[in-house]
Amino acid sequence: MLSGWVLFWVAVGALCALCGVLAALLVVADRVLNNYGTRTIRINGGEKTIVGPGGETLLSLLGSEKLFIPSACGGRGSCGLCKLKVTRGGGSLLPTEEPHLSNAERAAGTRLACQLKVREDMDIEVPRHLFAIRQFRARVAALEPLTYDIKRLRLELLDPETISFVPGQYVQLQTPVYGKNPDPVYRAYSIASDPTADRHLDLIIRLVPNGICTTWVFTLLKVGDEVRLNGPYGEFRLHDTEHEMIFIAGGSGMAPFLSFLAELQRQQSRRRIRYFFGARAVRDLFLLERLREFEKNLADFRFIPALSEPQPGDNWDGERGLITDVVGRHYPDCADKEAYLCGSPGMCDACVKVLTQHGLPADRISFDKFA
Amino acid sequence: MITPLLATATPGAPEHGLLLQLLVIFLAAAFTDNILLTRFLGMCSFLAISRQMKTSLGLGVAVALVTTATAGLNYLVHRFITVPLGIEFLELIIFIVVIAAFVQLVEMVVERVSLPLYFALGIFLPLITVNCAILGVSLFMLNKAGYGFWQCLVFGAGSGFGWMLAILLMAGIRQRLKTDKIPAGLQGAGITLIITGIIALAFVGFSGMIKF
Repeated sequence: MLSGWVLFWVAVGALCALCGVLAALLVVADRVLNNYGTRTIRINGGEKTIVGPGGETLLSLLGSEKLFIPSACGGRGSCGLCKLKVTRGGGSLLPTEEPHLSNAERAAGTRLACQLKVREDMDIEVPRHLFAIRQFRARVAALEPLTYDIKRLRLELLDPETISFVPGQYVQLQTPVYGKNPDPVYRAYSIASDPTADRHLDLIIRLVPNGICTTWVFTLLKVGDEVRLNGPYGEFRLHDTEHEMIFIAGGSGMAPFLSFLAELQRQQSRRRIRYFFGARAVRDLFLLERLREFEKNLADFRFIPALSEPQPGDNWDGERGLITDVVGRHYPDCADKEAYLCGSPGMCDACVKVLTQHGLPADRISFDKFA
Repeated sequence: MITPLLATATPGAPEHGLLLQLLVIFLAAAFTDNILLTRFLGMCSFLAISRQMKTSLGLGVAVALVTTATAGLNYLVHRFITVPLGIEFLELIIFIVVIAAFVQLVEMVVERVSLPLYFALGIFLPLITVNCAILGVSLFMLNKAGYGFWQCLVFGAGSGFGWMLAILLMAGIRQRLKTDKIPAGLQGAGITLIITGIIALAFVGFSGMIKF
């Protein structure tokens, strides 16, 4: 009986000891073999220089020096957003980068910052607007339902206390570890607030069934909670021209246009603006009073909601039909217009098709597709 | 002349000299006792990666290197840890841990020493950690009577070489099959398994040459 227990403890001890020794060996090996000394990264031909430990990925090294490169997947090599030009010291292309890069990008030296390890001194090129990206801590100031599946999240910035962004840009909200979510993940949301009110941010969030971030926002997040986010990112913005503007959005695609309209109101813009908003029924419409205010305050702005499936009780006398058909009816010829779209990829693609068929040049269509 | 010589030089009879014995072990492990074609181990990566010659070669070389090294390592673990402590029954678990740690280590070393080699083998190394052929080699060698360190090392090398040979044969055949008309129901894994069976029959033929 005794020898049975002895054997049991010998076996357990030996197994634990062996695993411990191997783990320690791997940790030591990682320290020794993965140590590439201190490396220098020159950005945009010496405009900025970062010195840090080699052996890390370029993305995390830049991140530790407060230079945040957009990365929706968090460094797994699946989103392809962290592309940077590496002019020296990048080595050859990795198999994990190949699917994301076109031939032209390969020829230009474009790499994925999340896959590329810093082994030598490097010269890289970073678009200048990324220098403005910061990591923020913020407190939930308000979380109010706009419709049955859309909420407005108002965040008060704690550190840094203010943000400087261009209307149309987005931030990445960090979803912390909860329930079945094992790692913090980032999700992108357009900023819906006035850029001059720079101490807080409004985000408009629609519940995605089984969405990691939206489920968290809808079920767990409370007023007073602290959240983390980074930004601002994105190239979706207003163009300073005299063309008539066509805004097209659906659902939470409303967000950047609220920011656009606040900016246009501040500039006292005289431009003609028509805002088409696609929804199923009256219960999908929101912030109508705010938009009526913009109609009053702006010289020539009209908000045109269009319902595809108005319910019998809605008593709807406005526009009916798919948003593409409604826009097409209003604008048989849009050769001298300018269009801004925000919504699902399907909606954006369909609208781009209609607008170009009606004569709008492709370079005057800006869009922000939800990926 | 060589065949009767090989037939008499069985592993249990070391009087013919160590080198000859090792040669026989190597040939037996690679051909008559081919780990893939007679034991059907390591089939998943064999089926998945055998489409192209280049990737097959990469995976084959990686498997051959890892089986050789882990056979030697696991023999030492067997001889100096599990047998003295009387815990041979844990060898299944211990060998997996040793293989996994070794593969991790090799990956780090290769990355540091030779980047071209890392890019050629690097993506296959983590795949190999869970390849049953590697564990199989480590477990089978302990069942052979009279195997010491060198015999185990050569047995591992032979088995790994045999696995590489099998996947290269298959890759060559599959590259030729690309332009052939194969019935829809047999395309992909179906035809590959049939071909594997035919090659396996040929390899069983080798065991008539060498009495093992």
